[in-house]
Amino acid sequence: MNVRLTSLLLGLPALFLAPMAHADSMQLNLTRGVTDISEKVYNLHMLVFWICVVIGVIVFAAMFWSILRHRKSRGVTPAKFHDNVKVEIAWTVIPFLILVAMAVPATITLIEMDDTSDSDMSVLVTGSQWRWHYSYLDYDIEFMSNMATPREQIYGRLPRTENYLLEVDRPMVVPTGKKIRLLITSDDVIHSWWVPEFAVKKDANPGYINEAWFRVDEPGIFRGQCAELCGRDHAFMPVVVIAKDPADFEAWAQGEEQRLADRRAEEERLLGMEMSKDELMQLGQQIHMSQCAACHQPNGQGVPGVFPGLVGQGIAVNDQTAHIDVVWNGVSGSAMQSFRNTLTMSEIAAVITYQRNAWGNNTGDVVQAADVHHFSQGNQ
Amino acid sequence: MSTEKNNPQKYYVPDQSIWPLVGSVALGLIAFGAGHFTIEYSNQEAGFGHWVLLAGLVVLCIMLVGWFGDQIRESRAGLYNAQLGRSYRQGMLWFIFSEVMFFLAFFGALFYARMIAVPWLGGAGNNEMTNQILWDGFQAIWPLTTTPDGTETQAMGWFGLPLINTIILVISSVTLHFAHVGLEEGKRKKLMNWLFVTIALGLIFLGLQMYEYVHAYRDLGLTLQSGIYGNTFFLLTGFHGLHVTLGAILLIVMFFRCKAGHFNKDDQFAFEASAWYWHFVDVVWICLFVFVYIM
Amino acid sequence: MSTVVTDTHSAHDAHDHHDHKPTGIKRWLFTTNHKDIGTMYLWFSFIMFLVGGSMALMIRAELFQPGMQIVDPHFFNQMTTMHGVIMVFGAVMPAFVGLANWMIPLMIGAPDMALPRMNNWSFWILPFAFMIMLSSFFMPGGAPAFGWTFYAPLSTTYSTDSTALFVFSMHIMGMSSIMGAINVIVTIMNMRAPGMTYMKMPLFVWTWFITAFLLIAVMPVLAGVVTMVLTDKYFGTHFFDAAGGGDPVLFQHLFWFFGHPEVYIMILPSFGIVSAIIPAFARKPLFGYASMVYATASIAGLSFLVWAHHMFTTGMPTFASLFFMYMTMLIAVPTGVKVFNWVTTMWRGAMSFETPMLFAIAFVVLFTIGGLSGIMLAITPVDYQYHDTYFVVAHFHYVLVTGAVFSIMAAAYYWLPKWSGVMYDDFLSKLHFWSSLISVNILFFPMHFVGLAGMPRRIPDYALQFADINAIVSIGGFLFGFSQLIFLAVVVKAAMKKGEPAPAKPWEGAEGLEWTVPSPAPYHTFDVPPQVK
Ligand code: HEA
Ligand code: HEA
Ligand code: HEC
Ligand code: CUA
Ligand SMILES: [Cu+2]
Repeated sequence: MNVRLTSLLLGLPALFLAPMAHADSMQLNLTRGVTDISEKVYNLHMLVFWICVVIGVIVFAAMFWSILRHRKSRGVTPAKFHDNVKVEIAWTVIPFLILVAMAVPATITLIEMDDTSDSDMSVLVTGSQWRWHYSYLDYDIEFMSNMATPREQIYGRLPRTENYLLEVDRPMVVPTGKKIRLLITSDDVIHSWWVPEFAVKKDANPGYINEAWFRVDEPGIFRGQCAELCGRDHAFMPVVVIAKDPADFEAWAQGEEQRLADRRAEEERLLGMEMSKDELMQLGQQIHMSQCAACHQPNGQGVPGVFPGLVGQGIAVNDQTAHIDVVWNGVSGSAMQSFRNTLTMSEIAAVITYQRNAWGNNTGDVVQAADVHHFSQGNQ
Repeated sequence: MSTEKNNPQKYYVPDQSIWPLVGSVALGLIAFGAGHFTIEYSNQEAGFGHWVLLAGLVVLCIMLVGWFGDQIRESRAGLYNAQLGRSYRQGMLWFIFSEVMFFLAFFGALFYARMIAVPWLGGAGNNEMTNQILWDGFQAIWPLTTTPDGTETQAMGWFGLPLINTIILVISSVTLHFAHVGLEEGKRKKLMNWLFVTIALGLIFLGLQMYEYVHAYRDLGLTLQSGIYGNTFFLLTGFHGLHVTLGAILLIVMFFRCKAGHFNKDDQFAFEASAWYWHFVDVVWICLFVFVYIM
Repeated sequence: MSTVVTDTHSAHDAHDHHDHKPTGIKRWLFTTNHKDIGTMYLWFSFIMFLVGGSMALMIRAELFQPGMQIVDPHFFNQMTTMHGVIMVFGAVMPAFVGLANWMIPLMIGAPDMALPRMNNWSFWILPFAFMIMLSSFFMPGGAPAFGWTFYAPLSTTYSTDSTALFVFSMHIMGMSSIMGAINVIVTIMNMRAPGMTYMKMPLFVWTWFITAFLLIAVMPVLAGVVTMVLTDKYFGTHFFDAAGGGDPVLFQHLFWFFGHPEVYIMILPSFGIVSAIIPAFARKPLFGYASMVYATASIAGLSFLVWAHHMFTTGMPTFASLFFMYMTMLIAVPTGVKVFNWVTTMWRGAMSFETPMLFAIAFVVLFTIGGLSGIMLAITPVDYQYHDTYFVVAHFHYVLVTGAVFSIMAAAYYWLPKWSGVMYDDFLSKLHFWSSLISVNILFFPMHFVGLAGMPRRIPDYALQFADINAIVSIGGFLFGFSQLIFLAVVVKAAMKKGEPAPAKPWEGAEGLEWTVPSPAPYHTFDVPPQVK
């Protein structure tokens, strides 16, 4: 965009290096986004930006003029004036008027952004360390959305791919042309749900629900991130939204409802079955890596003083029921959340089995979905 | 003497003093000790925290005695002048102002909880969904006797003990004023008697406050843990109580200094400062009584 | 403003029996001398600047390229947090208090600060506070990792053990600040030389006077809010927890009620410094002295009404957002008055460009850039996009580094001859200026671009499209960091008295009482107040 001109005007030639070399391949300005609102926000941004540039240019021009012309080395004699009421009134009033000129469109846009009434659809978005949970209030759909970028890429063992850090296992899906109301909240600390292309950024405050809305007109994939420091993996909490034509969306929604129903049926079925230890270990490792490793680390060592290690110490090598309890109920007042709504019973059984036998824990314990079920019955 | 005293040419700049450094060591030990003590307390493990904290408090006491001792000696030696007296008075006033702001933070929390947080949890404003989805069935009332997560407690009424305490504290401000008048008039007997009454009232106040806490914990289930109502209640009254304690200690010191004949009409900064502090603590209580107990 | 001194008394000083300097370590430990205390504050702040800066370089090293290379994410958060805390509370604030200690008594013709013993206490608390804070690096779980803004519940339920140490060291640091501020206020109200009326005071004194009021108004609020964090984490209260009827956003309101005035605490004294230096080197009286005073006061007043501009995304009611947006924008008016006054002071002056002036000019330009991005941030609907991105990081480093820190360097060069008695090394100082100026812009300007393009702050790893700019930024960071070693060299050289002896008034156009005493300033000055006409 106009970035080149801008930096020039701001009088900082040293900085061209960056923008100039890649001006076309690199985004250097705010996105225009894909919604009405984001377009308005972009225009507002450019308006304010140019006003600031003009002010800057005038102020710095006056200054550099005197630096060039009114210097001692040119033998000038300094003037003596040190007051001028008229000028001072002018430069109080004019900026004030400029500010009013910026405030008016800002106010109008803000009021529009904050108006969540008359929405077509509501989605409850819950942040938790470090994933997003989406629950469609008008459908029987809910799921967790975890970052999909593998650790190997982060630690440089695999080449980084295009959407590095901005890809998730299950994106949020919305229909185009509909006003989507987001009900944003959190399970633990404050997160912030942000998709630049919608110009929506709203904090997810635990215990409160904030509302926001957007309406996308064209199908597409839109990426964003958590925008509030929420602990260790704050950087690894992306948001991906896919907008689909209403028909495609309905198809997706039905498929998703079906998937969840199947999952519940499968859950029922597995309750009556035993899985072999190998199966459990394999599934358990998968679950551990995707759900638990962020805190307890892939090798189970945890982060001393922050997240307990699970190797050779504590609950993971002692009481099996306590282990189920921790995963089923979470530990209130700590980052260890309840996984009862995130994982199926067989998955919980698997991850517990895994933790109790991996990394040299070798307790030999095998936990089955039925054990978890049994625990949950006694518990409610 | 009086010309010397009002001569701005001679502002007393004390020579080197060890006490500021001792004071810093004390605060360092207290902060370090209190920090570790808190951690150990909450992890329920044994440690050195409380010893360090204790050491810090001891050093702090030594520092206070030493520093104020120097101060008193210099003042008695006539080294101070009116300008220095003004410095002390202004310093004290601004210190009290900072204390006002400290209480304001807690009052701010109280007002916010009452007028914003709790109503929002109950669905007011744009928080309808907060109540519906997260805290279904929660009722916003103040005092908050049932928290969103269902902790129950009873509210502390204003009639009875709190009212008596208010009366006691207001009277103590008046008696302290009488004592001050006694000092101004040079009537030592009057000064000593009224000062004694003030201190006694202060201590009674503290005793009753303690009793009220016991009552709250034992009979009302009102504890530091019982939700925002109990939190604001105990933090406000607790910090106020701490300030009353401090004020009472100041007054007790003043009592002994008066006894030793330290003050007179012109030279009474320490007494005045303690009195201001006491009046300030009194005003805070009145705000507390209105906003925490009555409303 | 112009001050004319009729009674200088340097002759008097020589005979004063007071003018013996205590020697050895005791001089520094037990001192009640405002100059010694000022010097200690300045050195302390410089050390903290290096410590905090090294943490910044750790951040920049990790961010040099995408992926995790050097540190663990948790440690990265500790770095960010401690960098912010140390720079704000350890580097910038103590530097200003040091300058206040040195210069306010000299500028108003007082023999010392009003409460000299308390002055020493204020200083010596700081090393202890920071030792405690830094000691938490050695605890299990490490130092605080919740950002310098320590938002609950990340700092309460979800923080590591070190929180208690953080809280208590904040407490004693706050005590130090409050005592320092009381001292400044009392000194200014009560110790001015005869004839030094309020409207004759140098602007540095004025701005510090107002800053001190801000300090005693908001440091106690910080103390209150850290106390609530402590009780929430360790003693079962629910101030910031909805389950007990509290609200995490309450924390933010209390914090920013402190935090916004706090950022002005870090810039108002800069305004004073620049208002002293520009007229001196433009050889022309400051334009609009009175309006400068009123503008400073209005900025301070308004600073209490804008705090929630840091919280636009927290879901405040629309009318509240609007109120805070309007109030925030309003601050541009008095700040603009100041900028225009400085420019007009230069206008038709006879300027020369010694190092202090270079830094002052850079300050005016770069601070204005930071201020203008501040105005952009104030526009609520657009702040939804900027908030918590590197655009904010760029904004506040422009106002803090090229604002506050540059002004501190300008002040150091301006008054170094008075402090040390020798002129600083001119070549090195110019080298320091130019390398700092260039590198600081390579460091912070491109942050605007990544911010706008969508890079969040407080992340140890980022998406690939931000890679090139981050590499440039990191290079700038290292260049800027190493440039500060030149400054260290200049200061050490002057402190060792290597350099041309400085006259009492080394700057042709400088005004004020501090230039009426010899260089270096005698240990005791103005034992007998000068008469100011
Ligand atoms: C010295 C410190 C300092 C100073 C002086 C300022 C000055 C200002 N700041 Fe800044 N700010 C910070 C330090 C500072 N800030 C910090 C540390 C943060 C981040 C905290 C964190 O989250 O960690 C922050 C964050 C911050 C935010 C929150 C951003 C976010 O998190 O989303 C906002 C939003 O409004 C803001 C606004 C402003 C404004 C309007 C000013 C104004 O005072 C600027 C006024 C100056 C000018 C405007 C330029 C000169 C004027 C003219 C030439 C006149 C004509 C101009 C016009 C008519 C526009 N700041
Ligand atoms: C006055 C305050 C101040 C100052 C001076 C600085 C100075 C610098 N800051 Fe920052 N900064 C803040 C206040 C300040 N900062 C605050 C408040 C935050 C927010 C924290 C938060 O999010 O909670 C922040 C955050 C912040 C971030 C964002 C971190 C994140 O979001 O994760 C970054 C990233 O680049 C950064 C960089 C720098 C750099 C490179 C400097 C440089 O200017 C530093 C230069 C100085 C030196 C480098 C030291 C001197 C040199 C040496 C000691 C020799 C060389 C040494 C080695 C090679 C080891 N700072
Ligand atoms: C967001 C971070 C986080 C995630 C994700 C997480 N945990 Fe935890 N876990 C914790 C914390 C913190 C504790 C310590 C709780 C306490 O006792 O205060 C803990 C405790 C535990 C314990 C008890 C350890 C002991 O010896 O006391 C077990 C077992 C456990 N977690 C298992 C799991 C399993 C299984 C998963 C994944 C399905 C998981 N955790 C995911 C943070 C997490
Ligand atoms: Cu979630 Cu940051
Ligand atoms: Cu602010």
